[in-house]
Amino acid sequence: MSDWLPRSAAGRRWLGLAPSYFVIGIFMLVPMIIMGVFSFLEPNPYGGVKPVGSLAAYVKLFFEYDLEDQLVFNPGYINIIFRSFQLSFAATLLCLIFGFPVAYYITLQPENRRNFYIYLVTIPFWTNLLIRTFAWIIILGRGGVIETPLLAAGIIEDSLRMMYTDGAIAIGLTYSYLPLMVLPIYASLEKLDFRLLEAASDLYANRLEVMTRVVIPLCKPGIIAGCLLVFIPCLGAFIAPNLLGGGKKLMLGSLVQFQFASARNWPFGAALSMLLLSAVVIMLIFYARAAKKRTVMEGDG
Amino acid sequence: MKRVLTIFAAAAAMLTVGLAKAEGELFIYNWTEYTPPELIAKFEKESGIKVSVDTYDSNETLLAKLQAGATGYDIVVPSQNFVPILVKEGLIQKVGVHSLPNYKNLEARWKKPDWDPEQEYTGPWQWGTTSFSYNSELYSGKGASLKEFFEPSDQVKGRLSVFQTPDEVVSLANIYLGVPFCSEDAKQMKKIQDMLVHQKEYVVAYNSETMSDMLASGEAMMTNHWSGFSRLGRLTGAPIVYAYPKEGVVGWYDSMVVPTSAKNVENAKKFMNFMMDPVNMAMLTENQGYGDAVKGTAAYYSDELKSAPEINPPADLKVFFAPTCSPKAQSLIDKVWTKVMQ
Amino acid sequence: MSAQMQKSSSSRAAKKILPVGHYRGLGGWTVFFFIFLYLPIVVLIFYSFNSNRMVMNWGGFGFEWYLKAFQNEDIQKAVWNSLIVATVATIFATAIATIGALVLARGGNFRGKTVSLGLITLPLMVPEIVTAVAVLIFFSAIGMNWGLVNVIIAHITFCIPFAFMPIRARLEGMDTSLEQAARDLYASEWETFRYVTVPLLMPGIVAGAMLAFVISMDDFIITLMVGGAGSTTLPVYIYSMIRRGLTPEINAVSTVLLLVSIGIVTAYWIVSKKSQTDTVH
Repeated sequence: MSDWLPRSAAGRRWLGLAPSYFVIGIFMLVPMIIMGVFSFLEPNPYGGVKPVGSLAAYVKLFFEYDLEDQLVFNPGYINIIFRSFQLSFAATLLCLIFGFPVAYYITLQPENRRNFYIYLVTIPFWTNLLIRTFAWIIILGRGGVIETPLLAAGIIEDSLRMMYTDGAIAIGLTYSYLPLMVLPIYASLEKLDFRLLEAASDLYANRLEVMTRVVIPLCKPGIIAGCLLVFIPCLGAFIAPNLLGGGKKLMLGSLVQFQFASARNWPFGAALSMLLLSAVVIMLIFYARAAKKRTVMEGDG
Repeated sequence: MKRVLTIFAAAAAMLTVGLAKAEGELFIYNWTEYTPPELIAKFEKESGIKVSVDTYDSNETLLAKLQAGATGYDIVVPSQNFVPILVKEGLIQKVGVHSLPNYKNLEARWKKPDWDPEQEYTGPWQWGTTSFSYNSELYSGKGASLKEFFEPSDQVKGRLSVFQTPDEVVSLANIYLGVPFCSEDAKQMKKIQDMLVHQKEYVVAYNSETMSDMLASGEAMMTNHWSGFSRLGRLTGAPIVYAYPKEGVVGWYDSMVVPTSAKNVENAKKFMNFMMDPVNMAMLTENQGYGDAVKGTAAYYSDELKSAPEINPPADLKVFFAPTCSPKAQSLIDKVWTKVMQ
Repeated sequence: MSAQMQKSSSSRAAKKILPVGHYRGLGGWTVFFFIFLYLPIVVLIFYSFNSNRMVMNWGGFGFEWYLKAFQNEDIQKAVWNSLIVATVATIFATAIATIGALVLARGGNFRGKTVSLGLITLPLMVPEIVTAVAVLIFFSAIGMNWGLVNVIIAHITFCIPFAFMPIRARLEGMDTSLEQAARDLYASEWETFRYVTVPLLMPGIVAGAMLAFVISMDDFIITLMVGGAGSTTLPVYIYSMIRRGLTPEINAVSTVLLLVSIGIVTAYWIVSKKSQTDTVH
């Protein structure tokens, strides 16, 4: 049966990777290239693009023509991008703080119970994201699940006004991607050999040191994977910012969506996406470099 | 290996089912919850045509999809200011609505409107107004003027909600400030921009979805709203009042059009004709609570609908239908909005 | 060795009796975590019984939304489409991801490894709206208009990295000694693969498939743009509903879907537990 597999290792490699290359190459890479090209074209007034080259989209990121048609530096979009990075970072941090102890706790459980906990973590993911975000409106909103008992008990006097704040967005984002943080960390921790912890303890490490100098470094791949899996979607998210943030402060995801919908400026939307993509690629390159350095330093394993 | 083959077979089967053409089919692409199932069922029964309904959330999504080349839809339902764009971009086709049998049922004032002067493209769906609504138990004003919306009193601070998309908000601003629609004058647009930036201090959210919920829970005291949608909110028991300010309100008119790429043009025309029958149009209006353009539908309204203030505006109400803006004007609107949003 | 054990046990006795690696408060934190995680779910289910049309204001208990949802053909069709797309996409994406992962985790450091890795994770890095419009333009540029199949292809594309990651993680932690033993016992490559590697890899494959399935079921922006006539899926339907007002019908449908998925997962769990006890280890 294995006769039809190519003999050489390189041949097999390409056979194994070919489907991925085919599917993602054609249906992802090519469209992305098209998008990249679009960012250098002129927008068609009613949506779409005109086949006329232009750098206007990229100029628009930093400058604008004010009402007197003068080119003026515009920090607006930079602010939006900056804010998105801030909120995504906050959400990722929250996910990490929230998720790491839980992943660790699950690892401490006996093996047959671990899978049960993991299923428990993923079950909420089975409900639609829109609905789950809407549920937060009911929870955080005026007269909602949190406020009503507090008001009734007299603990607070007026509405807490939790909705439509940056905090609400952060909670929404954290909630949306929490399982994506827990699962990779758990996958890393699962392979942890607890005898290493015992050894460290025997070598007079205190409990904090055991955690910071043994556990965390060993599950670093999982932590980093989890952080990336949360951070990147957060940057492009627009549901939580729209529904929970009240749209008062635009985020990158809503801005891009706005360009393709109401503003009908596809090249600008494409330029924003290229910017976003470059930022992500730069982060990943740093990560890859750091990972390579580590393997060189530590040897294998 | 066997499993892979069975899956391929299943996928191929599904593909062929999708491509097989039934004898009479109609694909409608409409706003969500804008096509009552009873209406579709009635049409299917009377015509024998099988109807499929897909949904979208905004004119912009519709335009983006049609422009990027989506096909398969026989009827789409844009608002009036999008019809000229669709015509200009060659995305919809003439179907000679004026020669359909039931065309005579159309109310005179809706025949041959500005956006379809020869009545070649559009058949009526629903029309309504955009204004603002308030919670009458929390807000002490009466909604008599757009000033209450754009320059709110202190009690509204932090309790105002405005639409998330600029077009209708700017149109209302046009009405209030007396700036002509689709102005290409930067100074005039600056006035609007300043007012909107000032209004932002009172805004708790820019939201086009949960207005009635916000009014009912008290999260907002006043929100942008549409007539029929506001009525639905009122019918759930919340004290929501739709305002008819003296300066006027924005009107919009959704109509059925046939995309150029439609495959079942004859069936589309049959459906358009079907909708111009007062019995059927009344069914739609009863379900949606907006206004319709067909004569004689009032006879079929329920009592509640007949007396609903949202579809019976005061006789002297000024209704302004926003025209399609030139690219220059549209880009000014976008600039203003982006500045407000930042 | 006993001296060391004595030393550590006496120093341990001086502190609390928690063994090494355990920390106080972890259990409590986990409980809080699960409350946070399930609160919206509970709210969602609770409001599916809301007699009031407005999703956010309570109006009394009732089953009417479940009845309405069962009669709503649009919702049923949307759910059906979602399930078809997710199932087909998951199968293909998991298969493609598995062989990709096998190569990348086991192929050593060959030229193009980083590029391949980057390519496979590319769908994760791009904002969904951009993918959505780009893929739609691409399909119409090459004139491909196969309705639901377009959607399925787009879903396969962005599900591959999600299926890929758990499989690769599993592979990297896998002990190759069993496979080596099988080869030593004269098993052919194919036999080793089929009877040793795949079963060992199964938890990773299942995790990858589940993740891909969930991601596919949840996607709406890509499906919204790429889908042609007749290919509305549930999330697209819900998203389009937002403008017109959400009704508790959606809560009802989501609750039913949730119960069904819990049911399937529980059934799978029970079955796999049984087969574990049946096999001789």
